[in-house]
Amino acid sequence: MKVLVPVKRVVDYNVKIRVKPDQTGVETANVKMSMNPFDEIAVEQAVRLKEAGTATEIVAVSIGPTQSQETIRTALAMGADRGILVEADADVEPLAIAKMLKAIVEKEGPELVLLGKQAIDDDSNQTGQMLAALMGWPQATFASKVEMKDGSMDVTREVDGGLETINVKLPAALTVDLRLNEPRYASLPNIMKAKKKPIDTMSPADLGVEPAKRLEVLKVVEPEKRQGGAKVESVAELVDKLKNEAKVI
Amino acid sequence: MTSGVDTETFAQIQEAVRRFTMERLIPAEREVEETDTVPAAIVQEMKDLGLFGLSIPQEFGGVGLSLSQEVAVIAEVAQAALAFRSVFGTNVGIGSQGIVIDGTDEQKAEWLPKLATGEATASFALTEPDAGSDAGGLRTRAVRDGDTYVINGAKRYITNSDSATILCLMARTDPDRKGAAGISAFIIPTDTPGITIGKPDKKMGQRGTRTCDITLADVRVPAANMIGGDALVNQGFKTAMKVLDRGRIHMSALAIGQSRRAINEALAYAADRKQFGQEIANFQLVQALLADSQAELYASECMANDAAARFDRGEAIPQQAACAKMFATEACGRIADRAVQIFGGAGYMVEYPVERIYRDVRLMRIYEGTTQIQQLIIAKQMLKRQAAGEKL
Ligand SMILES: Cc1cc2nc3c(=O)[nH]c(=O)nc-3n(C[C@H](O)[C@H](O)[C@H](O)COP(=O)(O)OP(=O)(O)OC[C@H]3O[C@@H](n4cnc5c(N)ncnc54)[C@H](O)[C@@H]3O)c2cc1C
Ligand SMILES: Cc1cc2nc3c(=O)[nH]c(=O)nc-3n(C[C@H](O)[C@H](O)[C@H](O)COP(=O)(O)OP(=O)(O)OC[C@H]3O[C@@H](n4cnc5c(N)ncnc54)[C@H](O)[C@@H]3O)c2cc1C
Repeated sequence: MKVLVPVKRVVDYNVKIRVKPDQTGVETANVKMSMNPFDEIAVEQAVRLKEAGTATEIVAVSIGPTQSQETIRTALAMGADRGILVEADADVEPLAIAKMLKAIVEKEGPELVLLGKQAIDDDSNQTGQMLAALMGWPQATFASKVEMKDGSMDVTREVDGGLETINVKLPAALTVDLRLNEPRYASLPNIMKAKKKPIDTMSPADLGVEPAKRLEVLKVVEPEKRQGGAKVESVAELVDKLKNEAKVI
Repeated sequence: MTSGVDTETFAQIQEAVRRFTMERLIPAEREVEETDTVPAAIVQEMKDLGLFGLSIPQEFGGVGLSLSQEVAVIAEVAQAALAFRSVFGTNVGIGSQGIVIDGTDEQKAEWLPKLATGEATASFALTEPDAGSDAGGLRTRAVRDGDTYVINGAKRYITNSDSATILCLMARTDPDRKGAAGISAFIIPTDTPGITIGKPDKKMGQRGTRTCDITLADVRVPAANMIGGDALVNQGFKTAMKVLDRGRIHMSALAIGQSRRAINEALAYAADRKQFGQEIANFQLVQALLADSQAELYASECMANDAAARFDRGEAIPQQAACAKMFATEACGRIADRAVQIFGGAGYMVEYPVERIYRDVRLMRIYEGTTQIQQLIIAKQMLKRQAAGEKL
């Protein structure tokens, strides 16, 4: 079975995010970028499926600026077989991404699309769900465990109340959560081999999608600085402060 | 001319090593210090990552980095406790390079692929109880007997010898020639009868690394095990010196990695620690300590990068290699000392990494040629220049 893994280039998770002075977004110039950590987990899962003999080919797709090629190379170094780069702006909205992925899915015919549950830059948590809806496929989100069955898979999901296990028929879209696996380090020889694996480049227009903006960002601001704590003398004073200052009770 | 791997791929390699160092090695430092061992699981991960093959050519399954690239990668790994680098350091540096530089095609085909994956490990055995700085005075004897050599002698402080698959060992093949001229280099599997590896030495620092004495009693190896074959008989010391030229740049990279780490630690501490009502980083005397360290680190980086680039262009660099090794390791000693100073009493306590760094980096001024020996090499090149009537 063929597996498609979309991978997004985002600000590295170790970088301390800074908001642009004009409040239009976060600073990305001269900032270290790397693969969205949830997507790494998705790639790892795909590679494990291939090692188990379930997956036959892994295609890594990235939609974004030219440098997203590096993100695809990382996936190839981890074990994906080839890549597809759709050159577009960095801030294409989830619906447009899902539409482009749909066009690629229709062309490539994978039985499984493995996505991160969300990207750590905009935290949208929409692409996988939208793709499933556009395809008319079942979806399994926030997966923490996956067991392949004949023509379907059992997926354990991390939901508020605990763990829920569902069975979904293939083809399907699966979004992965943090605890599904621990992604491997791409080995140095594999990084060199990845250089020789093919990457197709295309544009949104090639996929028949116009990535029009539907959402407007009003402003982006830093979270408020944490105020220093204060000691209270008595329980009565604490209750009073919670009621009248913090207004939480 | 060695170009190494292409720039884009190299950026990914460097990033992979940096991440591995930060996420896997640095968090395991305390365990290594407490158990005096690098955990087997981490050794395996280092093999899987490809670290054992950094400097082995790609045609033999290695990564095939240029020396400039090796400097960048080693400086990343060397931000973590030096014990980790030591585990694969002999495969990358002194243990394997004799074969890479001067080995026969058969020797390369037999050993380099295994050294690249870490399936086999190599130690470099030059030093002896009575021949340290004066390595050319070594006394271990190799006597030809038909198609074999029979080797007798003793070696001292040989890194990783208790786990090595092979020794790249220097022995005297011509007793009539004193000094460096009568020495040959051999590949000796450590399971050859007659080899005894002693108990690991107890050392000041670099806990987790192993050095041992080796005795060789009637150790018989095929004559084909001479590095470079019969063509290089009595040329082994030249092989050793080529290995050490490269090794000295590698050593500079180690010093750079530890200097960066010491500075990062000291800077973070100074920005956080308050005395006299403010962060100690505000005090100009503390700033002077930090600034001197930063400038010395920068000088070390410039020297190592320049020397490595010259080496990659095919230049002979005995003087530059000696300058870089001497300066970077001596500077690292001062930088570690200042880091301890900036930590105050805490710098003397085992729970802070600068205490370990202070002990660990001391070794670098001693092995692979003491600072004094580097001075002699530098001065020798200068006097040659003077004799030839050359000016800078
Ligand atoms: C932890 C560790 C690991 C090592 N690993 C290896 C290894 O893997 N393989 C290997 O072959 N060796 C190894 N060595 C040996 C190392 O290279 C030697 O210790 C080093 O070369 C110094 O030799 P020495 O200890 O005999 O000191 P000596 O040569 O006795 O030097 C003592 C002092 O005299 C000075 N000195 C000597 N000659 C002169 C001179 N002509 N002019 C001025 N000063 C001089 C030296 O600079 C030094 O200060 C290791 C050593 C250590 C400590
Ligand atoms: C093994 C050991 C035994 C000890 N025994 C005792 C003991 O028996 N009794 C006891 O009372 N104490 C003891 N001490 C404490 C010792 O005296 C202090 O550690 C020392 O005074 C330094 O203080 P600190 O560790 O808080 O460092 P800090 O004061 O935090 O100093 C950190 C760094 O900042 C520098 N610095 C601080 N202020 C300034 C400034 N204004 N301008 C420029 N630089 C500045 C310092 O020089 C140092 O480099 C001991 C410490 C050790 C390590």
